[in-house]
Amino acid sequence: METITLFAPLVGAIVGGFGWKIIGEVAAQWLTTGLLFLAAFLSWITLLTFDANAHENGYYTVELMRWIQSGTLDTSWGIRMDRLTAIMLVVINTVSALVHLYSFGYMANDSQFPDTAYKARFFAYLSFFTFAMLMLVTADNLVQMFFGWEGVGVASYLLIGFYYKKPSANAAAIKAFVVNRVGDFGFALGIFAIFYLTGSVNFDVIFAEAPAISDTTLTFLWNEWNAAEVIAVLLFIGAMGKSAQLFLHTWLPDAMEGPTPVSALIHAATMVTAGVFLVCRMSPIMEFAPSATSFVVFIGASTAFVAATIGLVQNDIKRVIAYSTMSQLGYMFVAAGLGVYSVAMFHLLTHAFFKAMLFLGAGSIIHGMHHEQDMRNYGGLRHKLPWTFRAMMIGTLAITGFGVPLLYVGFPIGFAGFVSKDAIIESAYAAGGGYAFWMLVVAALFTSFYSWRLMFLTFYGKSRGDKHTHEHAHESPKVMLVPLAILAIGAIFSGMVFYKPFFGNAKYVGQYFGLAYAEQGTHDAESSDDHANEVVKNYGDETADGDAESHAKVHYIFAGEPGHGAIYVSPENTILDDAHTVPIWVKLSPFIAMVLGFATAWFFYIRSPHLPRQLAQQQAPLFRLLLNKWYFDELYAAILIKPIMGLGRFLWKRGDGNVIDGSLNGLALGIIPMLTRLAGRAQSGYVFTYAFAMVIGLAVILTYFTITGNYE
Amino acid sequence: MDNLLSITTFIPALAAGILALFLRGDDEDAQRNAKWLAMAATSMTLIVSLFILFGFNAQDTSFQFVEERTWIMGLNYKLGVDGISILFVMLTTFLMPIVIVSCWSVNIRVKEYMIAFLLLETLMLGVFMALDLVLFYLFFEAGLIPMFLIIGIWGGKNRIYASFKFFLYTFLGSVLMLVAMIGMFSAAGTTDIPSLMGFQFGTDDFSILGIQIVGGMQTLLWLAFFASFAVKMPMWPFHTWLPDAHVQAPTAGSVVLAAILLKMGGYGFLRFSLPMFPVGSDVMAPMVLWMSAIAIVYTSLVALVQVDMKKLIAYSSVAHMGFVTMGIFTFNQQGLDGAIFQMISHGFISGALFLCVGVIYDRMHTREIDAYGGLVNRMPAYAMIFMFFTMANVGLPGTSGFVGEFLTLVGVFQVNTWIAAVATSGVILSAAYALWLYRRVVMGDLIKESLKTITDMTTRERWVFTPLVIMTLLLGIYPALVTDIIGPSVTALVVHVETAQAAYDVTTQMAQN
Repeated sequence: METITLFAPLVGAIVGGFGWKIIGEVAAQWLTTGLLFLAAFLSWITLLTFDANAHENGYYTVELMRWIQSGTLDTSWGIRMDRLTAIMLVVINTVSALVHLYSFGYMANDSQFPDTAYKARFFAYLSFFTFAMLMLVTADNLVQMFFGWEGVGVASYLLIGFYYKKPSANAAAIKAFVVNRVGDFGFALGIFAIFYLTGSVNFDVIFAEAPAISDTTLTFLWNEWNAAEVIAVLLFIGAMGKSAQLFLHTWLPDAMEGPTPVSALIHAATMVTAGVFLVCRMSPIMEFAPSATSFVVFIGASTAFVAATIGLVQNDIKRVIAYSTMSQLGYMFVAAGLGVYSVAMFHLLTHAFFKAMLFLGAGSIIHGMHHEQDMRNYGGLRHKLPWTFRAMMIGTLAITGFGVPLLYVGFPIGFAGFVSKDAIIESAYAAGGGYAFWMLVVAALFTSFYSWRLMFLTFYGKSRGDKHTHEHAHESPKVMLVPLAILAIGAIFSGMVFYKPFFGNAKYVGQYFGLAYAEQGTHDAESSDDHANEVVKNYGDETADGDAESHAKVHYIFAGEPGHGAIYVSPENTILDDAHTVPIWVKLSPFIAMVLGFATAWFFYIRSPHLPRQLAQQQAPLFRLLLNKWYFDELYAAILIKPIMGLGRFLWKRGDGNVIDGSLNGLALGIIPMLTRLAGRAQSGYVFTYAFAMVIGLAVILTYFTITGNYE
Repeated sequence: MDNLLSITTFIPALAAGILALFLRGDDEDAQRNAKWLAMAATSMTLIVSLFILFGFNAQDTSFQFVEERTWIMGLNYKLGVDGISILFVMLTTFLMPIVIVSCWSVNIRVKEYMIAFLLLETLMLGVFMALDLVLFYLFFEAGLIPMFLIIGIWGGKNRIYASFKFFLYTFLGSVLMLVAMIGMFSAAGTTDIPSLMGFQFGTDDFSILGIQIVGGMQTLLWLAFFASFAVKMPMWPFHTWLPDAHVQAPTAGSVVLAAILLKMGGYGFLRFSLPMFPVGSDVMAPMVLWMSAIAIVYTSLVALVQVDMKKLIAYSSVAHMGFVTMGIFTFNQQGLDGAIFQMISHGFISGALFLCVGVIYDRMHTREIDAYGGLVNRMPAYAMIFMFFTMANVGLPGTSGFVGEFLTLVGVFQVNTWIAAVATSGVILSAAYALWLYRRVVMGDLIKESLKTITDMTTRERWVFTPLVIMTLLLGIYPALVTDIIGPSVTALVVHVETAQAAYDVTTQMAQN
């Protein structure tokens, strides 16, 4: 079944991409979409039926074929099925299937391609992306993961540059690929280091070796480091590229050049979360690298903040959502860096639903407004696009974190983002992280502001911009609205439904992810494994316990070993538990931030719409800083791109031209005349000279052998 | 069939002889006959070579299919293949039919053109099979003559300058190699390569003109061979002949040059430098590693600013050969496996890239990047093929380009992390120059008047690319096809080199105590 889930999109991509001329464009679309729905259906079955405790160490693998083998390096194509994989399968295939369906409507008529067939190509790319992403998450070794990692990069490149006639789209596509390669540079070095230390790239070996790695030092570049720290940082650099974290984020906003369904699938729900997945997947290493994970938290928190500030002032509806994505990814990294991997995955899951929905909603607006993307030209659209409006409202409530604070009925009551985002913020506080906590709370305020700003500018007020466009604004067809409706269900309920296994306590999380746990106090270091297994075995009886009771009284901690289960959390790491006992003001803070953001947005864009412009004029430097995205692009152009091109030109003209060829010519002036004399001034160039030289050479050898008589 | 190797080697030469002696005239019929005969000969060679491949026992690390005959003046004619050389033989026989098909549209002096390529094939096969020093030298050096002719007669405007550069570099290298060969013969008393591989050349330090030579005789011999192989690879800073040669060469010439001729240098390192001078190799390894790392970054940077398509791909070739030399001088299994893999894979990929340039050069007669743009609008099939090989060139996993790069980097990381880091940065730069080239040539709107009537690939052109696409994908997804064959021989080589180096370390330490 895993194999079908994995290869259905590939079959779709190949048949749709190469065979559409035979089967027709429409059939190609139906085929790819149908296969994706099949994959989505199977992955839900996998998620719901997968029982981590039914397998030794909480996972099983399916080997497909040999791959790169060289000496002790041994990689195969394989599937590792554990809880992390199961979650990602659902996220990827669900969103991908819905995006395929949505694209029927969105891509129906494209003014970019008046007389070329493009639909089959688009659907094939989407399916190919899905396949690469599935390879990434099902990998049982780092190299296969790297295959998927680069594969999604290529798919992203192809889809960003889908409108190949637009120079801006082509530039964005290259930028995305090259910036990602900067991240891959770190990822690749991380793989090399791991192989150097463990002699393997397979997860089971690496995880088992994790404690040993943390006791080793590795001479890397100019210094000797703790091996686990080096590896963790290198892998995280890869994650930064893929997940658009600060300093390697510049490609993501530009990637919005791609068609909107692509933004929803790749640049919101799935590919950009691959970095988070990588950190969670490598949790056994991360747990032994405290400095590296602090760095992860720092970058994540800073990204959440910076991206949110930029989102405040953008006018392109897709760019606002893009920065929002980047900011939310920062949240996930904070969680992953703190060691509450389940919470990171929780937000990844809920975010996939509501962010895909926001993007598809934005696509619906853009579709209805004839490809107008500037929010300044929207306004008052809620009557024209009633269903899109409702969907966007649900998405906004989800991302801003609307819910009922402090009410707990076995799970909190609120939209998906309310549950998962608050879980991260509470964890950040529980970890004692002043910086991360405050950054995330402020970012939550900004998130609320720009999300509501988007809503108010788009759906409320008077219609602005081109009158004709507004008159002809139309609601999208059903084929686009149905995916929105399905995602809306996820955006509302996924937080509440999945609360317990992701953020319940160590017991629930441990059971869900196949990680051993123990009651606090009874945990004994020496016999942790035996004891933990006992507890796991008692699982069936214990579920009868009242939920609220166990939540309130008994504290659980993790007691597993690296390599057992889908994630590893060290027994000392009690943040998951502590996060439930944070002060009330902490629990309230994201809600307050949300309300403040909403109120400000309402005040600015409904109550007195002239205010934003005034404020922008008053705070001109700050406004320009934000509008220009903190000048990252300009900075990189000045300190990286220009010098590199200059260096290239210098090496070419001066290095190759003057130094190497120059000295050669100098040498040649001396030798050539001599040779031409020797060769009897052969007229037709150097061929004869050369042949002559060779004959002379052979003559010399033969003479030597003959004279010495040294042959057999 | 105990002379399979000779048959393989001399089928093309035989065909060349028939062409030279019996084909008369230069009309269309004669041209067609010449092409078909060349096609038949190269295909026949491929078929015969397949028998070698299937009869080859990878577990046996000694030379197989060995043929030995006494030749003139007591010299030996000796051929054989082992796990290291057999795939180069296969690469050659596989690519030559493709090369012949790719020059189907040539109509100037077709007979001579075909003769040149057929002779070239014989000589290249000889290089990879020769097991006698003199025989190797003969094939190695003679192989350049047809290449000179191909560039000099069918080449571009500056062909004389290009061949001058080519000549000067290779000549200097050859002279030194010849001297070294004489030295080896006087020391070992044989020109038999397998015996020489078992012979221990002197490693006692001595000084020349006050310079202490660590590793003694071995280091000197190593340096002499290095001069020849480094030019052939080519390694930075001996690479400047290659871009010029490529630019002037006709498409098919470029393909052979990039895909096969460059591999002679790498093969030379594996056949001579490592097994015969393990201590010399060890002494000089840091230098080679640094030269390789510099080559990767340097030539990638230069590739970034090129305005001529062929030059860009030529510089990219130099960068990729940097991975090869780097892998070879790690002396470990991954590095060496990776280096051989990279050479095989580069044969398909760079060959295909030069063919890609050839496709549009045939139509527009310019290699200038700025003359193109928006080709995808009229040439969708071409855009797809070019995209595929661009991605293979940047080492995308799933294509053969990844496996070689990855293995060499894994190998070098175990030796020196600085070099690994510098070389890995090449993956960023390669993505930048390759995709930027692609964007400027293929992407965008088609606005240039001259391109408005350009046509997509013909059926013949598609057939040229098909086998290359298949091989690139196949080796990327199932590299065991290659590593199973080279693995045991490489292991034996690694053990041989390590043993010799360890023995040297012991003796030098004893001498110091």
